[in-house]
Amino acid sequence: MTMQSYMRWRYFKQRIFFGVVSLSALVITLTLLGILVYVFIHGFRAVTWDFLTLPPTDSMTKGGIMPAIVGTLYLTVGAISIALPLGVVSAIYLTEYAKQGRLIRMIRVGVNCLAGVPSVVFGLFGLGFFVVFLKFGSSILAGSLTLGILILPTIIGASEEALKSVPQTFREASLALGVSKWNTISRIVMPSALPSILTGAILGVGRAAGETAPIMFTAAAFFTAVLPRSIFDEVMALPYHIYVLATAGANIEQTRPLQFGTALVLVSLVLGIDLIAIVIRSAIRRKKRW
Amino acid sequence: MSRRFREIIIKNIFAVFAVLSVLILGLIVIFLFREGLPIFREVSVSKFLFGNFWYPTYDPPEYGIWPLIVGSLLVTLFACLIAVPMGVLSAIYISEIAPASIKEILKSVIELLAGLPSVVLGFFGMVIVAPWLQETFDLPTGLNIVNASVMLAIMAIPTISSISEDALYAVPREYKEASYALGATKFETIVNISVPAALSGISTAVILGMARAIGETMVVLMVAGGAAAIPQSIFDSVRPMPASIAAEMGEAPYRSGHYHALFATGIVLFFITLAFNLVADYISNKFKEEGSGTL
Repeated sequence: MTMQSYMRWRYFKQRIFFGVVSLSALVITLTLLGILVYVFIHGFRAVTWDFLTLPPTDSMTKGGIMPAIVGTLYLTVGAISIALPLGVVSAIYLTEYAKQGRLIRMIRVGVNCLAGVPSVVFGLFGLGFFVVFLKFGSSILAGSLTLGILILPTIIGASEEALKSVPQTFREASLALGVSKWNTISRIVMPSALPSILTGAILGVGRAAGETAPIMFTAAAFFTAVLPRSIFDEVMALPYHIYVLATAGANIEQTRPLQFGTALVLVSLVLGIDLIAIVIRSAIRRKKRW
Repeated sequence: MSRRFREIIIKNIFAVFAVLSVLILGLIVIFLFREGLPIFREVSVSKFLFGNFWYPTYDPPEYGIWPLIVGSLLVTLFACLIAVPMGVLSAIYISEIAPASIKEILKSVIELLAGLPSVVLGFFGMVIVAPWLQETFDLPTGLNIVNASVMLAIMAIPTISSISEDALYAVPREYKEASYALGATKFETIVNISVPAALSGISTAVILGMARAIGETMVVLMVAGGAAAIPQSIFDSVRPMPASIAAEMGEAPYRSGHYHALFATGIVLFFITLAFNLVADYISNKFKEEGSGTL
């Protein structure tokens, strides 16, 4: 083989490889787009003002999904108001206070393992602990707590990243002026890290809104005629509603448009939330002055 | 003095909250065992794990979850056959090859795919993929191992891709520059330098992707078909563990044998994913990529 043909062979291999690699990225992108477009095409006709504002009627074969939207809203707000404070405080301890050692190692492994617990196991835990042991019953409270601990690792991870990205010199400058550690954290570190922490929180909200398995045994109702009046009431939820209509509804084929409509609402909600977080994050990165 | 006192109090309060994650993990174990262990008064551990018959509502009931375990392992394995190459290759494209603008778009795509609610994927598998499979291959049902594996792969790809990409990104630039300086092409540098240097991170990504797939519930609940038997072909229906728990918990009478058996299935599932996570954690710590300064 001449030198020239050898070089040509090496670049030929490279071209093939680049082709395969970009193809895989293309297939992934098309998969996402395909699912979104398909759900949109089949769903958008079902999504009317009445669909969003009325409760289901005729054994859930007609009418809207308003109670499910409200339920998902309650559960999500509940989850984030539990996970955000706990997550941020944990992250502050891990990044600002703790020294490297056994305890930190243990906490980190714990957080990682918590992040890997299957969602249905969170559901079982919620059932065993919140619903049965603490006697909350199947309720908004139990569901929010279950979803809250589900997204806790996400919040901790995002907050830690945010705190770590605040330059060490900020802290040193503050401490050098005689400011106490707590005041340094609350007045200097936190304000700089806050936008990134909130971005993480938004992503957590998106995750909580889309989860089904954790709320199946802890909060979700097949159908409720009235809106919940307290945190001890069961609620309908968008993801569970899709599951119910698609697998156990009164007339599965006939309610397909409703199913697609609900799926479209859920996808728009969750991916809309994610998109907001992504846009905010890239804005933060662009404006960063340090 | 009072200021120092306050600082110590604050620090300790924060420490208590930080330990909370570990406590919750402990509580999960305790309550899974509390509700799950009573089943072993009715059936032995080995009969439970390796019994071939899952008839929890029969009289007398049979609580053998072996078909469920096999179902879980099979769909996870097939999902990985798709998700590992796709995830790793897309990570290579994103971190090593793509121009900056496409890179940003692709990272968003991966993140949105990760955010896609699993119930929507399950629904998609039910109404699109299942009828297509059924017609194309002339099957009794399109809700089977193939369908579930493809949907699970879509769930696992973002995990594998984003963690692999981080690992590739962390490979010191000097390594690649040294390779280029020796006359290697970009392809040779990726295959011989970048990927081997990032291998521990990529392995972690694969393991976490598998953990994600084996624990995923809604997809397998909706598209795996639900047959609690050992499958004979990849077009057979299966009933993976999470599907069984999610489908039956609603009907299992409180603290009946069936209820305890489902919690015990949860214990098995929990420890399988815990093992995956601990291995991933061990690998990423043991083979931590070091910067060029430590060479």
